[in-house]
Amino acid sequence: MTASTGPEAAALVPAAPRTPSVGKAFLGLLGRDVFVTGRELGGFLAQVLLQPIFLLFVFGKVLGDLGYVQGGFEQVLLPGVIAFTGFLTALQNTALPLVIDFSFTKEIEDRLLAPLPTSLVAIEKIVFATLRGLIASAMMFPLGLLILGSVPITWSAVPLVSVGLVLGSLVGAALGLVLGTLVTASKINVVFAVVLTPLLFTGSTQFPWSQLDGLRWFQVVCALNPLTYVSELVRGQMVPQVESIPAWVCLLACVGFLVLFTAVGLRGFRRRAVD
Amino acid sequence: MEVRDLVKRYPKRPTNAVDGVSFAVEQGEIFGLLGPNGAGKTTTIGILTTRVALTSGYAGVGGVDVAADPVRARTVISVVPQRPNLDRSLNARQNLLFHAAYHGMGRAERGRRADELLERMGLGDRGKDKVDDYSGGMAQRLLIARALMHRPQVLFLDEPSTGLDPQARLFVWDQVRELRAAGTTVVVTTHDMDEAAEISDRVGIMDHGTLLALDTPDALTRTLPGDSTVDLVLGEVDAAREPALRDALGGLGGVRRVEDVGGDAGRPPGERDLRVRLYLDVPGASVLGAAAEAVERHGARLLSVALGEPTLEDVFISLTGRDLR
Repeated sequence: MTASTGPEAAALVPAAPRTPSVGKAFLGLLGRDVFVTGRELGGFLAQVLLQPIFLLFVFGKVLGDLGYVQGGFEQVLLPGVIAFTGFLTALQNTALPLVIDFSFTKEIEDRLLAPLPTSLVAIEKIVFATLRGLIASAMMFPLGLLILGSVPITWSAVPLVSVGLVLGSLVGAALGLVLGTLVTASKINVVFAVVLTPLLFTGSTQFPWSQLDGLRWFQVVCALNPLTYVSELVRGQMVPQVESIPAWVCLLACVGFLVLFTAVGLRGFRRRAVD
Repeated sequence: MEVRDLVKRYPKRPTNAVDGVSFAVEQGEIFGLLGPNGAGKTTTIGILTTRVALTSGYAGVGGVDVAADPVRARTVISVVPQRPNLDRSLNARQNLLFHAAYHGMGRAERGRRADELLERMGLGDRGKDKVDDYSGGMAQRLLIARALMHRPQVLFLDEPSTGLDPQARLFVWDQVRELRAAGTTVVVTTHDMDEAAEISDRVGIMDHGTLLALDTPDALTRTLPGDSTVDLVLGEVDAAREPALRDALGGLGGVRRVEDVGGDAGRPPGERDLRVRLYLDVPGASVLGAAAEAVERHGARLLSVALGEPTLEDVFISLTGRDLR
């Protein structure tokens, strides 16, 4: 098993220090994630779409058909479910892989040794999780059409709905970065249960926030959930006849949450990545 | 590669993990960093590989200041970790391709180089395998191949032989020597004395965060008294008579020094097994008769005898007064 010497030993000759190409390194990381997702597309879609599909089907279709829910509820529900799908998909796609990578497999080490600033490894995670969130939420439009028979959207609503979904996925991804770097592997199950369920049910996904006047304390709780502003923004554009939080308030809140979570998440990431 | 007055203190720890270490490694040299677990080896390497922030001092690789410009430093270093951290979502060849992509290598060159290195590491026909299906030795070879993809100037190998069978270990050592021949600097951390002596051009011995000695393996063992050793395992040693026994052994003709190499603390007080090593100026066999007689005269029993030459392990014992393990 002696290694050969000879011309092929040229493979071992080191190169001179290079000026690192940060852009290429970033694209390399993104390329890896896209490549892996592309191969597991079916699994990815099943993983992220089953929950919203059932939510939409049972609450939007079944309960409506049975007469337990007034007609028109599905129009309130669908924008919320679209927002929630993007937000939560992005969140899970930063939080879970980071916990696993940092605690068990250490697979992230090769990426941390790539020639780019450590923070950009985290930013890549956010960008990629956002892409996944956007794909998942976009899939909800045709699925909504299929399940409910109609999707309330006009061309004029498309720009702000798109902005809302991009921002919503970004906020979810950044929150995932916070969870993924602050929470230890042994606690991730508990944290997911404790964080995700309240996020889902206080995110104004299944109801318009403005109509919670009679349930003041719950309205305040919902106002603390970033998902509320994503849902309200998307709903406000898609179903303008239902009263929603003004778009500019939603946009401002999303940007605020994004800045906050990104700052905290990047700090947590650097702490995990560099001793 | 150079470190000067390197200090690392982790938060909330009373002592420095690395406490004022300085050394330099020439290009194309194999440098062994030797010491027990917790000696500061891994932290030192962590600083040089940009994964640990230094507290004070200087660390440079390939002329790049690691603390000031970690991104550039990462273009010249490469790490083979102790535990495989291969990307399990990718097959073996893809692990190499994406590593090269992170380092900005063009598509055609990536593919060519991946095939070349897989071939060299004896994995030519296993490139499409999942890395989960790889044995420990194969994973190690793939890690080395991955580390070489971007043509690093300095390769860091962390405990390269841990968990490898002898054949795989020889293969890794061969590759390391070829890297040196091609001009790559190789830094090996290990707590395996034989490994350090076998492949290193120079060895630094670390303990408690400081560098105790640094030289070629030969020069280090030459600092020890004598040129052969005899290990004695003694039973039924009476604690009261132990000092006299040591004196008697130390007074034998040709014996330069007597060192403990780990006794048996589990025995009842007053009686215990004793392991001592005699450092000799004369061939070991020539003192055996006299040594056995001295042992018997002091009421102990000779349980086993081993002849040897001073090794790096003896250097460590002589520097720290204790066994490496």
